[in-house]
Amino acid sequence: MSDPRSAAPGHRVVVIDAGVGNLGNLMRALAHLGAEAELTVDPEVVAGARCLVLPGVGAFRPPRENLRGEMETAVRRALDAGAYLLGICVGYQLLFDASDEFGSTDGLGLLPGQVQRLPDGVSLPQIGWNQLVDVRDEHPLFRGLEAGSHFYFVHTYAPLEVPESAVLARAKHGTTFVAVAGRDRVFGTQFHPEKSGANGLRLIENFLEMAHEADSSH
Amino acid sequence: MSGETEASLPKITVRVERGGESGLTFRVIPCLDVKDGRVVKGIQFKNLRDLGDPAESARRYAEQGADEIVFLDITAAPEGRDTDLDWVRRTAEQVFIPLSVGGGVRKLDDAARLLRAGADKVATNTAAIERPELLTELAEHFGSQCVVLSVDAKRLTGSDQPPAWDVVTHGGRKARNMDVLEWIERGVELGAGEILLTSIDADGTRDGYDLELMRRVTRQVSVPVIASGGAGNLDHLADAMEAGASAVLAASIFHEGTYTVAEVKHRLRQRGFAMREEIG
Repeated sequence: MSDPRSAAPGHRVVVIDAGVGNLGNLMRALAHLGAEAELTVDPEVVAGARCLVLPGVGAFRPPRENLRGEMETAVRRALDAGAYLLGICVGYQLLFDASDEFGSTDGLGLLPGQVQRLPDGVSLPQIGWNQLVDVRDEHPLFRGLEAGSHFYFVHTYAPLEVPESAVLARAKHGTTFVAVAGRDRVFGTQFHPEKSGANGLRLIENFLEMAHEADSSH
Repeated sequence: MSGETEASLPKITVRVERGGESGLTFRVIPCLDVKDGRVVKGIQFKNLRDLGDPAESARRYAEQGADEIVFLDITAAPEGRDTDLDWVRRTAEQVFIPLSVGGGVRKLDDAARLLRAGADKVATNTAAIERPELLTELAEHFGSQCVVLSVDAKRLTGSDQPPAWDVVTHGGRKARNMDVLEWIERGVELGAGEILLTSIDADGTRDGYDLELMRRVTRQVSVPVIASGGAGNLDHLADAMEAGASAVLAASIFHEGTYTVAEVKHRLRQRGFAMREEIG
């Protein structure tokens, strides 16, 4: 279902363990792509990274609280030094200004916008494969992916209000939400690319390539 | 292949998964019954035959466009045996679509081991009946999205009353004297994020899912319901989705090569059901 073990040869990536959820399958996907992935809770490792992934499942607040302080500072230091960052699912939501889950909780503010609850009237949480629309298909994150590709989503909240300049793709579930966003070197997907078959692996590979190319051109 | 022709298929408007405007697709899920680390198949859990390596089978189905794989360790419940997880690990290393594993999940630690080995969801059946708070513990620790309540339903017969179904376990051998609809409603309240609903009467017969059961359950709960037990042809899959199922689970039609997953999805898409495009 993907080119085995050579897609991102030796690309180094640091995966931030915010203390929630099972990160094994993300690590397995990175290994499958040939990346050298390190899972860490150490802010120093994060601060020195050139390529970061911030995963997360479940609720917004526990990982938000776990990141507060040293780890948040470390992420900002890495970004200031030119690192690339990919947020996945709740890790994606954490990148925005704030989330309405549990009243209102501030996010990392690395992407502009608000995370809100999807409207009632559709099955919630959304569990399953949904299709990207309004894809900014010239973006390198979508290299090799066809229009209308499906990805695997598991979520109840999503960024609904995001400035157009940061929107890379949308999807529909009850309303149109922002499924992929990005600004500068910070990107995120509401879906789980590590569980989205060949399309998902390709997107991860594209992200690793972007980070790697930027790093080699330094 | 079946004898259907394209011309005989009714043209209908595009259907999407329950509820308004959504790009969410129906899911087609091959089910692999696993015993001692091997895929097996029998009718109503009897007369088991060896069908190969779980990781290999899962990978083949994923390549055909399966939207998810469900593994049920059918030896775990009757014999009270732990699941050897090497095959889960090997599958997760090469298959990057959602994997659900059931069988032998009695306590948090059982689920934690399955999730660590690579399962994305765990399914629980007998243990949840015997200790319903297990569902809440699982949901609180891992999130409802990875808690599947598996329910085996047996139709109560010989009654003038409206149809009713009893919860059964142990492959239908043990009656639980619990109403299926009540149990499912309670299970969702306790934390189940998805229902895997098997008609024990239909399982293995290839005569079609129990559609009345499917309609009743999907009307009652808003979480996704996976239809299981009885799939023999494409009409059966389409009927179950029309009856409210978010996903259709099938075993023998795939294992015995009646259809590939790709064929099933192609034909269902032609009938207007929203399906994920499989990758060539």
